[in-house]
Amino acid sequence: MITTVETLHPPTRRGLELVLLIIAVAIVLLAWVTVDLNRNGTVPANIVPVAGGFAALALIVHLVVRWRAAYADPVLLPIVVVLNGLGLVMIHRLDLARGRLGVDGDAYRQLIWTTLGVVLAIVVIIGLRDHRLLRRYTFISLAVGIVLLLLPLVPGLGRTVNGSRIWISLGPFSFQPGEFAKVALTIFFAGYLVQTRDVLSLAGKKVLGFTFPRGRDLGPILVAWVLALLILVFQKDLGSALLFFGLFVAMLYVATERVSWIVIGLLLFALAVAFALSSFAHFQVRVDLWLDPFSPSSLAMSDQLAKGLWGMAAGGLTGSGLGAGRPWMTPFAESDFIFPSLAEELGLVGAVGIIILYLIFCQRGVRTALGVRDGFGKLLAIGLSFSVAFQMFIVTGGVTRVIPLTGLTTPFMSLGGSSLLANWMILALLLRISDQARRPLPPASDTPAADAAAADVTQVVKLR
Amino acid sequence: MSELTLTLLRLGLLVLLWIFIFSVVGVLRADIYGTTVSRRSQRKALKRQEKQQSRASRVTVPAAPPAEPDATGPGAGTAVPDTGGVVPGMTSPIENNPARRRGRHAPTTLTVTEGPLSGTSLPLRGNGILIGRNPECALVLDDDYASGRHCRLFPGSDGWLVEDLSSTNGTFIGRDRLTSPRPVEIGTTLRIGKTVLELRG
Repeated sequence: MITTVETLHPPTRRGLELVLLIIAVAIVLLAWVTVDLNRNGTVPANIVPVAGGFAALALIVHLVVRWRAAYADPVLLPIVVVLNGLGLVMIHRLDLARGRLGVDGDAYRQLIWTTLGVVLAIVVIIGLRDHRLLRRYTFISLAVGIVLLLLPLVPGLGRTVNGSRIWISLGPFSFQPGEFAKVALTIFFAGYLVQTRDVLSLAGKKVLGFTFPRGRDLGPILVAWVLALLILVFQKDLGSALLFFGLFVAMLYVATERVSWIVIGLLLFALAVAFALSSFAHFQVRVDLWLDPFSPSSLAMSDQLAKGLWGMAAGGLTGSGLGAGRPWMTPFAESDFIFPSLAEELGLVGAVGIIILYLIFCQRGVRTALGVRDGFGKLLAIGLSFSVAFQMFIVTGGVTRVIPLTGLTTPFMSLGGSSLLANWMILALLLRISDQARRPLPPASDTPAADAAAADVTQVVKLR
Repeated sequence: MSELTLTLLRLGLLVLLWIFIFSVVGVLRADIYGTTVSRRSQRKALKRQEKQQSRASRVTVPAAPPAEPDATGPGAGTAVPDTGGVVPGMTSPIENNPARRRGRHAPTTLTVTEGPLSGTSLPLRGNGILIGRNPECALVLDDDYASGRHCRLFPGSDGWLVEDLSSTNGTFIGRDRLTSPRPVEIGTTLRIGKTVLELRG
């Protein structure tokens, strides 16, 4: 079958983004009004300034994208606005339940962080005209990433919260630098792998159908593994360790197309798990809680997971309605357990909708990676979208008992400034890369490759 | 607030959420199918491939590999950029086309029947087309034996003419190497290197 392909001139689709943004803001407003009607029986008094401000934030990002990244993907921004807005509504709802209002509330702080996140995204979109510039900072990103990861271990600066030493406090602000380390390390992995992927994918011998790498090429994966183990040992943060190692293995696989890297990664992971199980009581407890959250001994230790599960069960198919459930009974209902809180009040239908929104977000990231023309951009887009997807998997899997619960924030939703800022930065980078991916090529005659092809000599037919 | 209003709000929120999801998915559909793939009739293509293979086996010089279906797909698309040098815009009015007015034997399309681009066709319109390996050509050949600017097809007073642009390996009609512009009609086959072009009505 013979086919011909004609590429259409791609539309910018900014108008469509605006329409989707209007629906997105409408969803968030409806959710907020439902909460206050359910709790207080009245429409919130400050609805005009707050709702107007929220819509204005979304509109400003839209206008900046229109101005500086006209061909960016049209669905990324509306999805993030819905997710961030639903997170805000849920945090506000938990504030109401605890009697914290106005400036005291978590929702107020989260709204300020959202504003800062939007500002950061705008700075990235305007300041970074071409994502390929980031490739120059490959090794600087590595240094920045490692410093950020190690900052919480500095005495006097780091703080231990709930057994994990992943926070730093600077005066009144506390901060989770690991979230930014995630972005920095993704940039490093992309820049590093785009240089070395040929040797990583081609050299090596074949055993049982897998091409295994040479011993000396194992260096980078071992370094990543040791780094993840260090996080695990010194910061006792299983979630971040899993996220960094998984991110590296996934990007290695995408860069080299070798299944052997996944096999090696899983083996190293199994080794780490065996080590953690034998040496940390902390980790053993989590596995016990995961396997049997409802046993008396587990409930005596922590009833968090069990309460989250009961909450989701109480929600049923269509949920109790925002403001009508009791999500505040679960500890950390506004951060690690924000997904069960939303699942309780929106039900299975709403929870699946939220998961699908994350899925589409990551799918757009992968589509961007397929469309963009440079290897660095491909790896960066894959890495960023994978980090969001994997983080979502770790935290949602944890609260729904698919995997043992490890503390990580739900991207865009959980209470927490550093997570929100880092994820808005990821959004800005994806918008920038997708703009490059969808922008039509300049005319062929302008490219240097065309001149090179024209300069090729014609082969002469030899006449006998 | 009445119970009914609250229930309606609760369900309305879910409905709105899913409307949003479906509209996003609708956008994705349009994006995924952003490129149009037009399929020629399968029977025709098979026949052409068979012909090619039998010809390839007869020729002693290793001919170009018969075009694989999926290899020709994107290749054919990139080979014919519509920015091509001499071809003007796609919407040239018919009355401006002199060849179209003269007789029933005036060809309207040029089709590649053999060679790496086999299956590609492009309309004969306007002031003529340039054929060669240079990216500025309207038909960019992926053929090592073709020159950068190999030959051109242009409308003369009596119909379309083909002219060799002093190419290295020549343009052939049948066994004759072109030395001067020569009229072409439907069914004429031109050979350029390993590529065979046919003029069709």
